[in-house]
Amino acid sequence: MAANHNKTPAGPTVFINARLVDPGARRDEPGGLLVRDGVIADIGGHLRRNAPEGAEVIDCRGNVLCPGLIDMQVFMGEPGYEHRETIRTAGEAAAAGGVTTIVVMPDTNPVIDQVALVDFIQRRARDNCVVNVRTCAALTKGLEGKEMTEIGLLQRTGAIAFSNGKNSVADTKVMRSALLYSRDFDALIVHHPEDHYLAAGGAMNSGAMSARLGLPAAHKMAEVIILERDIRLVEMTGGRYHAATISCAESLGVVKAAKARKLPVTCSVSMHHLTLNETDIGPYRTFFKLRPPLRSEEDRAALVRGVANGDIDVIVSSHDPQDADVKRRPFAEAEPGAIGLETLLAASLKLHHEEKVDLASVLRPLTINPAKLLGLASGRLDKGAPADLTLFDLNMPWVVDRDHMKARSKNTPFDEVTLLGRVLRTMVAGETVYQYA
Amino acid sequence: MFKHRHLLTCATLSAEEITSLLDVADKAAELNRQVNKKRELLRGRTLINLFFEPSTRTQASFELAAKRLGADVLNMNVATSSMSKGETLIDTAQTLNAMRPDIIVVRHHAAGAVELLSQKVSCSVINAGDGAHQHPTQALLDALTMRRAKGRIAGLIVAICGDVVHSRVARSNIDLLNKLGAHVRLIAPSTLLPPQPDLLGVKVFTDMWKGLEGADVVMMLRMQRERMSGSFVPSTREYYHYFGLDEEKLECAKPDALVMHPGPINRGVEIASTVADGAKSVIHEQVEMGVAVRSAVLESLARHLPNT
Repeated sequence: MAANHNKTPAGPTVFINARLVDPGARRDEPGGLLVRDGVIADIGGHLRRNAPEGAEVIDCRGNVLCPGLIDMQVFMGEPGYEHRETIRTAGEAAAAGGVTTIVVMPDTNPVIDQVALVDFIQRRARDNCVVNVRTCAALTKGLEGKEMTEIGLLQRTGAIAFSNGKNSVADTKVMRSALLYSRDFDALIVHHPEDHYLAAGGAMNSGAMSARLGLPAAHKMAEVIILERDIRLVEMTGGRYHAATISCAESLGVVKAAKARKLPVTCSVSMHHLTLNETDIGPYRTFFKLRPPLRSEEDRAALVRGVANGDIDVIVSSHDPQDADVKRRPFAEAEPGAIGLETLLAASLKLHHEEKVDLASVLRPLTINPAKLLGLASGRLDKGAPADLTLFDLNMPWVVDRDHMKARSKNTPFDEVTLLGRVLRTMVAGETVYQYA
Repeated sequence: MFKHRHLLTCATLSAEEITSLLDVADKAAELNRQVNKKRELLRGRTLINLFFEPSTRTQASFELAAKRLGADVLNMNVATSSMSKGETLIDTAQTLNAMRPDIIVVRHHAAGAVELLSQKVSCSVINAGDGAHQHPTQALLDALTMRRAKGRIAGLIVAICGDVVHSRVARSNIDLLNKLGAHVRLIAPSTLLPPQPDLLGVKVFTDMWKGLEGADVVMMLRMQRERMSGSFVPSTREYYHYFGLDEEKLECAKPDALVMHPGPINRGVEIASTVADGAKSVIHEQVEMGVAVRSAVLESLARHLPNT
């Protein structure tokens, strides 16, 4: 299923009888959509039943047709950890999950901190991946938090954001320089806020659950402290800042306050933190050990409200493949992280099905919001936009089976869970890259 | 006319004082091109070059200027001085003062150190560079070079590019050029600009191509290598790409633009060899005018030295 398996240019394709949902345009209406030459050629109610002559017809049977999802935070095994994930397997997992663009994080071996490595990722993606791959390059050399990378040249090569990946930048002066320097290039800094010292050794959230389990814990204030520091630095420098995967109500409050002061600040949350909490860890289940750790039910509920009212800009999978070697260990010694590309849409839809969040509010942080933040032309159903599309059955139940997942690593916390909402077809640049059997 | 006891900063010089110094320097420049360069004005006077930071051209320039005016010159090598034995700056100043010099030329790594020293001695003091603060004779020699090449200073667009935040050359030039009515621009990445640079009376650019548009003078600053490994700038490669003066970027400036650099230059870091050695470069003229300007400063100070 290579991206270029069909060398002859595909003829036009028309989706008829669709429920067109485009949160960016506040569109939710019955209609159809015409794809020609890899882009959206036409859209609207007039195409609901009428297929243009010669076009391949896809009858959506009333299912939702929306912009392909954009996943802003995907950890990649290639280069360096190909036994966990490759660009090919991640692409297949993404396609199966309705994700048409993945942003890969720089935490590889070697770290993506050089122009040549951005180029490597892009060439590998072009040759091996069915979905779009964009690179979030390292903010500091070797992710060591000491010296900034060639932000200008990396951006010129194609890096669309800069991050210190799973490591937080502890040195305030380095963070200030990076924000100041990146401002000259209008580059986006994606930062995982965590105080190294306060969170050191923490295996889970600090609270009643960690007290019962007797596990070393990291207090959520470790996140809030660095986030508040970063906001002050944004105020000093004017750099564009995105708080990656915040996990508690206090952090959301800090981001909201920064936005109210018109600072260039946005935030994301992982779909795991919207759907799970610390009690899910139960009997030391390491697939529920995440970075940042799952928090309390109150925090989860606050984040869901944040999605519902638009305070949270982006939902990510934070797809983080880990193999059995590092997961089948005592909880405190296991690696954090969970895969999420294939469950991103269905898990996010739990907010719609179980918590009464309207569909557009669930899809907006998965489509138009990350597209705008990253300057992508996709994420919308506009004429002329790339035909990156996801067709899904909003109400179809399916059981997650880790043995049948496309991702190379199987560390999903949703194994054997029934989710509502099934991807039927995924299209990238006019080409179908996944179809539900 | 210049009527000060010390020359510590460009900030307190008036346009008239600067112009009169440049007029004197113009004459000194002609004299320096004669076979007999010797004059008697400073005969019997003693000048001490007190350099706490290494310097080749500035120290040599002052020494030559002073000797051509007939003074005796003592170069204090800081590595063997009593400062390295723990003596404070003020004690050193008072010790030297007791030897009855007429002029002390001082370079020090700390901003404000030269002014502090000037308060503790009875002779004249010339600031040859204090930290990232001031280097007035550099700004004067730059102005002299510009005036001789362009016939004027007022109205010229002068783009100062590079490590502004750490540069005494930039600060001195901003003060002096503003006094003379030039339009000063700063070009640097934000990490190498001082806070609130717009308050210095300059236009600020972080895009060199835009900053050079229409410039009459492109003044490059020296970039220190230790600042290009990620603390201020990611790498020499990235710095050269965005802020190194090459022929392509120089095209943005006026066709008759001057290229200046206080030296020593880092070829391939802040300036391409083809530009440094090219037809628009006046880097060697700057060195020549350095001697002339220092002669003029010594001469002007000497007219007000006590005669008893």
